[in-house]
Amino acid sequence: MHYCGDYRTSYEKDAEIFQTPFVKAGMALFFAFMLAVPYLIKGEYLWILLQIVIASIGAVGINILTGFTGQISLGQGAFLGVGAYTSAYITAKLGLSFWVGVPAAGVVTALCGMVFGIPSLRLKGLYLAIATLASQFILEWIFVRWESVTGGSYGITIPRPSIAGFTFASDLSYYYIVLLIAAVMILFATNLMRTKTGRAFMAVRDHYISAEIMGISLYKYRLLSFGISSFYAGVAGALFGHSLKFVTSEQFNIEISVIYLAMIIIGGLGSIIGSIYGAVFMILLPKLLSAFTEMVGADFPSIARLAIAFEHGIFGLIIILFLIFEPDGLAHRWKMIKAYWKLYPFSY
Amino acid sequence: MTTQYLMQLVISGLVIGSIYSAVALGFTIIYKATRVVNFAQGELLMVGAYVCYAFVVQMGVPFWAALLLTILFGMVLALFLERLILRPMIGEPIISIIMVTIGLALVFRSIVSAIWGTEILVYEPKLFPQQMIEIGGLPISQEFVWCFVLSLFLLAVFSIFFKYSKAGVAMRATAFNQQVAQSMGISVKQIFALSWVISAVVSGIGGVLIGNINGINSSLYHFGLKVFPATILGGLDSILGAALGGLIVGILENLSDGICKNYFDLSGVKEVAPFVFLVIILMIKPYGLFGTKEIERV
Repeated sequence: MHYCGDYRTSYEKDAEIFQTPFVKAGMALFFAFMLAVPYLIKGEYLWILLQIVIASIGAVGINILTGFTGQISLGQGAFLGVGAYTSAYITAKLGLSFWVGVPAAGVVTALCGMVFGIPSLRLKGLYLAIATLASQFILEWIFVRWESVTGGSYGITIPRPSIAGFTFASDLSYYYIVLLIAAVMILFATNLMRTKTGRAFMAVRDHYISAEIMGISLYKYRLLSFGISSFYAGVAGALFGHSLKFVTSEQFNIEISVIYLAMIIIGGLGSIIGSIYGAVFMILLPKLLSAFTEMVGADFPSIARLAIAFEHGIFGLIIILFLIFEPDGLAHRWKMIKAYWKLYPFSY
Repeated sequence: MTTQYLMQLVISGLVIGSIYSAVALGFTIIYKATRVVNFAQGELLMVGAYVCYAFVVQMGVPFWAALLLTILFGMVLALFLERLILRPMIGEPIISIIMVTIGLALVFRSIVSAIWGTEILVYEPKLFPQQMIEIGGLPISQEFVWCFVLSLFLLAVFSIFFKYSKAGVAMRATAFNQQVAQSMGISVKQIFALSWVISAVVSGIGGVLIGNINGINSSLYHFGLKVFPATILGGLDSILGAALGGLIVGILENLSDGICKNYFDLSGVKEVAPFVFLVIILMIKPYGLFGTKEIERV
């Protein structure tokens, strides 16, 4: 027997993140699965999983800014870069530990993001998008030219983290660190959206004049949103840098910014879980494409060659198709599917 | 550093700036009429350059016919884009519209590099005579002069078009208020299509011009990025602003590049200088020189 409607009898119950025992068990199972999964897959697959977890942090970050606060940012790629370079400088050149480098990367990127967020106090929508686009190009230029810190076009080689003599050198051990950080940060973001700050973000997004009339300081919350979002980008960038053990400027170009925006549009704007769906989708897509070209390549080399040349075109095509046919993203579609099956076959 | 060197910087800045103006003009026409921010403007320029190349070099069509064919191609392409991709997006939030044009840009880039590859291609035979001419004691190559004159011609034509022709007035009416325009018997759909057509054609011609000077390769779309400083400086919805903004950005970018190279030994300023200007303009005068100030009423 399945009942419909919510039967919550206290405010505590209503405010829970995981509301039913089923969801709680599901989340526990999912986390256990994420812990166990590196033992089931190997090599390149583990690497892809690692990249998905890192990208999830970055996608949650840009979703806080763009999806929840409504401030369009085309500079996420450069902010990832700021994080990666900060952590690289601290660990490789100053010789400090990873555990200093990553939080410092977050803080420095947050400050940097807030500086480039200052125009958002006066600008919105289109103008802000263009301002952040400019920040992307300015930062990228700094990455290449500020050679004493960034190593110029040669890049910097950086170590993997270590605790008390044990180095997390393998992808497997590094994955657990990343997973832990990601879990904490995503949980924090989920909680943030249920606090006054998070609700203020959404009010600013939905109608900023009304928000201001209700006593929400636009300046404060826009800058705060830029700061928090860039903090996430910085941490994601630092983790990405340490995963590759190498940082150069090409890893953080405008294409990365576009890919991150695509993640949250495909996943769902203003949805934490949507950011994760988007990250999974956008990281898996190029891998699936290359798997496809490998499969087809032996028999039809011309198709394979075309598919390689068209990789970015397929990205673009998917963005366009999603925007036209599924503008609310995967998170919304998943909700619709669940709602359909919940009371199947008596949907009314 | 001599005055002559400075003059040379200014003049080559003017030439590049006139191309920026043409592309910015295309951008502004679309923005003014349809409120769509076209991040694929540079790609339209690139497609125009490559299509003309295909006609002239690969098929051996005489240049004037190739130019007409390129314009025709641009029109058809623009109509397709407007109908299939931009029209379903009417009424969507601005981020969706930005992203859909970015998606378009990615598609165009990969189509072009899939067909023509990534190496530099050169128009052959050269369209403009090669020998230098002297203006005010400075040797300047003739293609620069032609390029500049043609861009100015385009700008003049469109200024007159918007001011006096019936379609131009209808476009301005649509930009001002779509509902009122519709109730006056203007077909808003046709205006949208028309603005895309004009924009694609202007950018395409810009692409052909730049292709004649520098040759074409798949990074030609970078011109589209310089459109943002130009249009923001001029004011997003001003035709005159786009023209002036393009020229100013061209000169500023060349001057700052030359000066930084000479005094600070800093190369590559060209790529970043327009964006620094952009941020400064946005901070002090966000609606540009001639743009309409947005007034918000609750």
